[in-house]
Amino acid sequence: MTTLALAGVYRSFGPIEVLHGIDLELHPAEVHALIGENGAGKSTIMKILGGYLAPSAGQVLLDGRPVTYASGPEAEAQGVVVIHQEFNLAPDLTVAQNIWLGREMGGLFLDHRAMREATQGLLDQLECKVRPDARIRDLAVSDRQMVEIAKALSRNARVLIMDEPSAVLTHREVEVLFRQIDRLRSQGVAILYTSHRLDEVSHLADRITVLRDGAVVRRAGRGELTEDGMATAMVGRDLKDIFPPRRTSFGPVALEVRDFHVPPLVHGVSFTLRRGEVLGISGLVGSGRTELAEGLVGLRPHHGQILRGSAPAQVRSLPEAAAHGIAYLTEDRKERGLLLTKTLRENLTLSTLADFGAPIISRKLEDAALTRAISDFDIRAPSREMAVGNLSGGNQQKLLLAKTMLPEPEVIIIDEPTRGIDIGTKSQIYHFIDRLAREGRSVIVISSDMPEVLGLSDRVLVMRQGRVAGELAGEAIRETAVVRLVMGTSEEISQNA
Amino acid sequence: MRDRLTLSTLGPLAALFALILLGAGLNENFLSAANVTNVLARSAFIGMIAVGMTFVITSGGLDLSVGSMAAFVAGMMILAMNALQPSLGVGLPLALAGIGVAILVGLLAGLANGLLITRAGIEPFIVTLGTMGIFRSLVTWIADGGTLSLDFSMREFIGPIYYGGILGVSWPIIAFAVVVVIGEVVMRHTRFGRYCEAIGSNDKVARYSAVKVERIQLLTYVALGLLVGFATVLYVPRLGSASGSTGLLWELEAIAAVIIGGTALKGGFGRVWGTVVGVLILSLIGNILNLANLVSPYLNGAIQGVIIVLAVVLQRRKSSAEGR
Repeated sequence: MTTLALAGVYRSFGPIEVLHGIDLELHPAEVHALIGENGAGKSTIMKILGGYLAPSAGQVLLDGRPVTYASGPEAEAQGVVVIHQEFNLAPDLTVAQNIWLGREMGGLFLDHRAMREATQGLLDQLECKVRPDARIRDLAVSDRQMVEIAKALSRNARVLIMDEPSAVLTHREVEVLFRQIDRLRSQGVAILYTSHRLDEVSHLADRITVLRDGAVVRRAGRGELTEDGMATAMVGRDLKDIFPPRRTSFGPVALEVRDFHVPPLVHGVSFTLRRGEVLGISGLVGSGRTELAEGLVGLRPHHGQILRGSAPAQVRSLPEAAAHGIAYLTEDRKERGLLLTKTLRENLTLSTLADFGAPIISRKLEDAALTRAISDFDIRAPSREMAVGNLSGGNQQKLLLAKTMLPEPEVIIIDEPTRGIDIGTKSQIYHFIDRLAREGRSVIVISSDMPEVLGLSDRVLVMRQGRVAGELAGEAIRETAVVRLVMGTSEEISQNA
Repeated sequence: MRDRLTLSTLGPLAALFALILLGAGLNENFLSAANVTNVLARSAFIGMIAVGMTFVITSGGLDLSVGSMAAFVAGMMILAMNALQPSLGVGLPLALAGIGVAILVGLLAGLANGLLITRAGIEPFIVTLGTMGIFRSLVTWIADGGTLSLDFSMREFIGPIYYGGILGVSWPIIAFAVVVVIGEVVMRHTRFGRYCEAIGSNDKVARYSAVKVERIQLLTYVALGLLVGFATVLYVPRLGSASGSTGLLWELEAIAAVIIGGTALKGGFGRVWGTVVGVLILSLIGNILNLANLVSPYLNGAIQGVIIVLAVVLQRRKSSAEGR
């Protein structure tokens, strides 16, 4: 028995066909994982399932009967609910107002208390500490995701479609999410789940469908496909070397940080970084990782010592950080990293524009820099004049990396290098990072992606509540050790470190 | 984004040509040197201000105070010249003093707007709505509800600033052209212009790209204040007086010209030459209504309003095509 299914679905945008005859079945009380690289067609499939797009040919079947929804809300009325990756929340409304938007309780006058209490109930289920009266605007990204999930729970969904719900969640929140998914599954809900984290997929999914270039290339049941097998099926080639081989020799200390504070979030952090070394920083979102990085490049007020080589460096602003050869690549490429409506060239040179001629900017120099960036970082853009917002996430990230590397910094702090990026491009970015280290630069990688931290780092610094909880090097870098430090269940390691 | 020749780019230009053809068809005097000079010279005041406004809007700001500011600057300029006339006498030194005062007052007024917006962090709309009232009220108060007039002999002396020129081209037109060329180059080819666009697109990205966001924004308001000063220097010799109604609604015409020209109202993309086209469209409408007896000139505002709304509709189409 199937709840929701696609039968021979095709979809074209203009002359380009992006889905070529997809068959997909969602069964009650099952988690069905849909995986594939960016651009494989996952989003289009989810939009068709959720009633946001109509198929060009083929059928959507609900309980075996063909349906055509006029809109997403109409699909929701039938119990098909989508949790979007791009949040559909009104930033100035409260959590409760958002959850009940369009379905407010009460008659002529709204029953605020009932809605608040129901919201509190939903948030309690999710172990989410957000208040129902909090405004969305004031919430962290991970809390917004939880609100989005709470909203979906409130709709008594029969089919739940989750578009990378874990991408912005912390380890602990992902665990809560998984418990909720288990609960919903046992209640008979059919769940479609997408994620770039293959460990999640093998943990959760009862059934896996692998997409490549708009077609299903592999179907598997639980346990039939290893993570390597999934990656190989998605990419279509063997991916033995997702991570570059580890580096073995390091130069002298390039950066030393002593007793560094970024009030009110980071306290007394000290560490060193050698030339040619990749230092991973792990920790929950909110553990002060990003604030530490932003403090180190002068984006936040701080006190404490920064030494470059053996000379003290004063870094009160980004230009001062650049002068000391320190660069920062933000975790938020769409809101802090790139101007989405501008072209590749304008984005590439924005932070180093003074090097491209004054007072008149030399278009020729800029174009040359872009040509070099495109070849150095394998940026695939259909046109150099297109708006960066129309590039895929992976190519945006490569462009952002090129922009950060333009002033040739010696210390590069990369915050979430591969968030929301497919496995093929991820691997490419890992090799770029390795190349930077082998050129004698020092790289700090801040990441919530555990395999990434484990696979890339020569040394791992774990942060918890604004302090260094511990440091691991060499063979000691193991997932269990990192997780223990992240969660704060192993005091003795942090003392020995 | 490179300014490609697309329908939305050509729209304002096409409208301008259509207006010129219409004007020429309706009245044979329309293309006469006298009429063309008249239209261009009258466009120069608003035009120079609109060029400054282009930078303010491109970087995500707004300035509602420019019309009142022009009145205030004109009042100060006249007041200063009348006060200095006994000591300096009628002549070049007094004219230069007046020009200096106008430019200085414009600069300070722009600085005041800019500091309130960037340092105190108040919305540009609120700040300039406030200063709009303040500037105009100050002029009315200084003129005691009437008119501030330049002494007659001095008015004669500086008259050529508006009425004179070289090779048959009057000074306001020359000044306007210079401002436009500089503005276009600054917007298209310098860091300042690029930063304005970056800040207007996303000020957070600009901040994370080491752009000094507040300083650039402050500079746009100061530059606009300066241009209001320049415009006033050209305007005062025309009538030799200022009152509470000087420069009335100039802010709306300047903002309308910027928008008609294709600059995005929410910032992020600016087109100086488009602003010039916008200014010319607005003044040609008035001119044609005056020359031809088809429609009452009293409907000038209505027709301008239709054009403004149309321009924004075209812009909306363009941005929805880009934001796919």
